[in-house]
Amino acid sequence: MTTSDFTSRRGALKCLAYGGAGTLFTLSGGILLASDVAQAATKQMAADVGMPLFVQISDSHIGFNKEANPDVAGTFKQCIALVNAMPQQPALILHTGDITQLSKPEQFDTAAQLMSGFKVSEIHTTPGEHDVADAGGGKEYFSRFGKPSNNKGYYSFDSHGVHFVSLINVLDFKAGGLGILGPDQLAWLKNDLNGRSSSQPIVVFAHMPLWTIYEPWGWGTGDADQAFAMLRRFGSVTVLNGHIHQIVSKVEGNITFHTARATCFPQPAAGVGPGPGPLTVPANVLPTMLGIRTVSYKPHPTMMALSDKSLA
Amino acid sequence: MTSKFISATLLAAALALGGAQAMTQPNAVTIKNFSFGQPISVTAGSTVTWRNSDGEPHTVVSVDGLFRSAALDTGETFSFKFTKQGTFKYVCTIHPRMVSTVTVK
Repeated sequence: MTTSDFTSRRGALKCLAYGGAGTLFTLSGGILLASDVAQAATKQMAADVGMPLFVQISDSHIGFNKEANPDVAGTFKQCIALVNAMPQQPALILHTGDITQLSKPEQFDTAAQLMSGFKVSEIHTTPGEHDVADAGGGKEYFSRFGKPSNNKGYYSFDSHGVHFVSLINVLDFKAGGLGILGPDQLAWLKNDLNGRSSSQPIVVFAHMPLWTIYEPWGWGTGDADQAFAMLRRFGSVTVLNGHIHQIVSKVEGNITFHTARATCFPQPAAGVGPGPGPLTVPANVLPTMLGIRTVSYKPHPTMMALSDKSLA
Repeated sequence: MTSKFISATLLAAALALGGAQAMTQPNAVTIKNFSFGQPISVTAGSTVTWRNSDGEPHTVVSVDGLFRSAALDTGETFSFKFTKQGTFKYVCTIHPRMVSTVTVK
């Protein structure tokens, strides 16, 4: 990649197409720039991308024990160790869902015990469909993580001038359809964003992709367009999702969308095979497909820089 | 295999096992390859059992709230006794593209 690539949207999109570990995405004034991580590792670049504001982890699937990864607790621990080894600790951590495999109490307990290993104490979560698959329809998740949202699943908070919005799109599926936010949550979002300065950076996180990646596998959210109609006026909107266990990104005006790697096992690319199940890869390849995402922030000019790091 | 052949096989099985046991056979749903298979039809008072034969977990959740399984791991089952007549649509909440129905006569 050459320096001239940085200067154009086309260049940025070209970098996006590389899709991953070696590329650092930088959002500045709604325009996505990209550079090599090797370059970013220099002191100058590190200063340019600001402080590590938060880390996104996703899809730990604690309790899974099949061929694709017989030790999901072990790889989750390795991801936690990656975060703990960062020279400058992030302010907070987001877990974008599928904390557990089967919503079982002991799986939530193991996950909570593992997450207590983070040096960072501020951890925010949003559930995946695997976390609300108990016979109580989410009772186990909400009894542990429901407090910030008053058991509704959607909530917001501010940190370092950035507004974080946690959405839930894994309840009330329409049979045969995509994930859904629903009218109550959309009404809440409208109220939450009302009166907010368009120059405040927004980070939206939810489990299932908030844009349609592949409809036959339900990789999308049916009514997300209504949310983006409200978010479009903001100068910097970063949308972070999990669910598909691989990095897919998209830019739409000032809104950038990114799914994350899992900490447990990869999934096939859209449409490959009978369905979106665990993908078994050789043991030496697995760590290259699991990892964490660091998002750094610089307030002036507004800049969100995403950096994906795999376990190997 | 033709459906005629399947019917003939089931009939033979019914004759061999005796009526009561054979009646339970159509009330079993095997979940495989992200599918509930063909919709089934049972008589009121029947218990339907779903078995997950996939490596991936699935749920069996009635759209109108009549029944709801926990997440079924590989080999796990869920049963529900249908007392009311009607057609009941259900979905896997982990993979909501998976939809089927139970018709109770």
